[in-house]
Amino acid sequence: MLQIKNLHASVDGIEILKGINLEIKAGEVHAIMGPNGSGKSTLSKVVAGHPAYEVTQGEILFEGTDIAELDADERARMGIFLAFQYPVEIPGVSNSMLMRQAYNAIRREHGEEELDPLEFDDYVHKKLDLVEMDPKFLDRSVNDGFSGGEKKRNEILQMAVLNPKLALLDETDSGLDIDALRIVSNGINQIKSSDKGVMLVTHYQRILNYITPDYVHVLKAGRIVKSGGKELALELESQGYEEVEEIR
Amino acid sequence: MSETDALDSVVSQPYKYGFKTEVEYDDFPRGLNEDIIRMISQRKGEPDFMLEFRLKAYRNWLTMKEPTWPNVDYPPVDYNNIIYYSAPKKKPKLDSLDEVDPAILETYEKLGIPLHEQKLLQNVAVDAVFDSVSVATTFRAKLAEAGVIFCSISEAVKDYPDLIKKYIGSVVPANDNYFAALNSAVFTDGSFCYIPKGVACPMELSTYFRINNEESGQFERTLIVAEEGASVSYLEGCTAPMFSKNQLHAAVVELVALDNAEIKYSTVQNWYSGDKNGVGGIYNFVTKRGICRGVNSKISWTQVETGSAITWKYPSVILQGDNSIGEFYSVAVTNDKMQADTGTKMIHLGKNTRSTIISKGISAGQSNNSYRGLVKIGKKADGARNYSVCDSMLIGDQCGAHTFPYIESANSTASIEHEATTSKIGEDQIFYLQQRGLDEENAVSLIINGFVKEVFKELPMEFAVEATKLLSIKLEGSVG
Repeated sequence: MLQIKNLHASVDGIEILKGINLEIKAGEVHAIMGPNGSGKSTLSKVVAGHPAYEVTQGEILFEGTDIAELDADERARMGIFLAFQYPVEIPGVSNSMLMRQAYNAIRREHGEEELDPLEFDDYVHKKLDLVEMDPKFLDRSVNDGFSGGEKKRNEILQMAVLNPKLALLDETDSGLDIDALRIVSNGINQIKSSDKGVMLVTHYQRILNYITPDYVHVLKAGRIVKSGGKELALELESQGYEEVEEIR
Repeated sequence: MSETDALDSVVSQPYKYGFKTEVEYDDFPRGLNEDIIRMISQRKGEPDFMLEFRLKAYRNWLTMKEPTWPNVDYPPVDYNNIIYYSAPKKKPKLDSLDEVDPAILETYEKLGIPLHEQKLLQNVAVDAVFDSVSVATTFRAKLAEAGVIFCSISEAVKDYPDLIKKYIGSVVPANDNYFAALNSAVFTDGSFCYIPKGVACPMELSTYFRINNEESGQFERTLIVAEEGASVSYLEGCTAPMFSKNQLHAAVVELVALDNAEIKYSTVQNWYSGDKNGVGGIYNFVTKRGICRGVNSKISWTQVETGSAITWKYPSVILQGDNSIGEFYSVAVTNDKMQADTGTKMIHLGKNTRSTIISKGISAGQSNNSYRGLVKIGKKADGARNYSVCDSMLIGDQCGAHTFPYIESANSTASIEHEATTSKIGEDQIFYLQQRGLDEENAVSLIINGFVKEVFKELPMEFAVEATKLLSIKLEGSVG
């Protein structure tokens, strides 16, 4: 589904990613772990197409197509979703308005008929339970005045609604208390399926108690320095990132 | 498409109303003197008191200086190079559209304001002002049944001299300011609305102003009086052709609300704003003021200012009656080289008077957008309250947003709240929406739409639609 080959990317002329290689197949959950400043969040933003980052070398193939030059919205409509570490506030734009416009943009792309506001309302209500959200959230402005936990739940709600093929979860667990972490993780677990890929970027092991990764990769200074199964995360937890040795 | 291109295409829709209609004109010679004023008064068949009002205003004007305090910059206006009276030659008959020049009817049709009986806007009565004169007023008979007077101010001067004498200049005195004095001397037409005691006006009233003549200024005057317990919603729209010369528009609007009366005044201003380099466009120097004369009365201004090379206007409310309410909701959009200095004045005189100010400024291009507002609490205004919010949004890095709030309180029981924010449409906001699948243009539209929502929801439906289109925002219904 996603193949990253020798990916180099920079922001403001500073190279952050220095040759990433990674393959995520449908049905797999990959955890990307690493210390602060290792390039974890950059990796998810570069895959999603943030305009501030420049791909200087390498390829990002999504279902066989090189997407490195595509705009973020084109990638989104192909089925890539990024759950933001810091979801952005958009005052005056209701959650349901944003989700309906986004959902219909994706449907249009695939030649499907758009849902009218009433049909969409039915559709979105069914998704609310996944993240235990009150319908009132639909009428509130996007992330405006939301608590940290509400913002993260809102990201997962949007993911459930847009039903992407590839989910990039950028430190979705950061700043969550234990209840919110459980709710968000449950939501993710219910959405993930055999035809979806998940890239879970996290600093801590604790979310992996809820979401079991198939692979764990350790990122350090813009390179993947170690890959392994779910047990690698536990190892990191006990030893810390400093102890991870370069594998090449 | 780069970020800037998308932003530009949203805020810089080409001006759709820039065509000129070919009609024959009855123009007065250029320039301003007492003879011109006498000619205007005579041409309109006015009673003596009106001529006196004009001459007095003119003599005052001669002693006044054009204000220089607004945060705008323009070359001096040559007041002697303007045509002060310009009327299409074919004179309309009052109750029939048959006599109106078909070219003018077609003009309004093109503007989306049909005047033919069979095509009238649903439940909106329109007074169409073309350059210096009112060419048609629709639904008059139906309004008359309810006792509502809605006609051009020229007719009102002749048909209802007592009401005009009583109210004209009572809110904006002829010597109030430079442009109001000029208007009082030379105003040529405008609308008059009178809602009698206890009547809720059965339909929206609307005036549509069109400047067509390149050499003339437009000096219209609007007077709305709501008697005790009366209520009315009034809409004003404006467009002009594209000319490379600047044209002067100096209007005066006066609103009077007596006990328990309510007036809602909405404007979508879309005068031609000049080209990309700031050549041409309307100088919009307007004095709008309402007085809540009676207890429990309410005056609400909603304005969407998207046009004009220069906008200078402060729709204000004098809160004289106890418990009266003043509101000001504004969206001002500037782009290219446009300049706007706009805001409001809320003058609290009565007890427990309340005012709300919601101002949203959007600046793009190399434009300059200033909010200027005064909240004044008089000595006797016990328990007066004001709440103000002034938000500015910047698009690009060559424009300016400024806020000049003035607060004067002479009463310690008053409560005044002022909030202000300035934001930039951020790359992060746009990326967030794009990441959800919206293209860049839609993303920007959605952000701007959200920014102005608080004001747009105050607009009557027809106007909200027009205003939304004006900002090129795609509103896909609000259900959900």
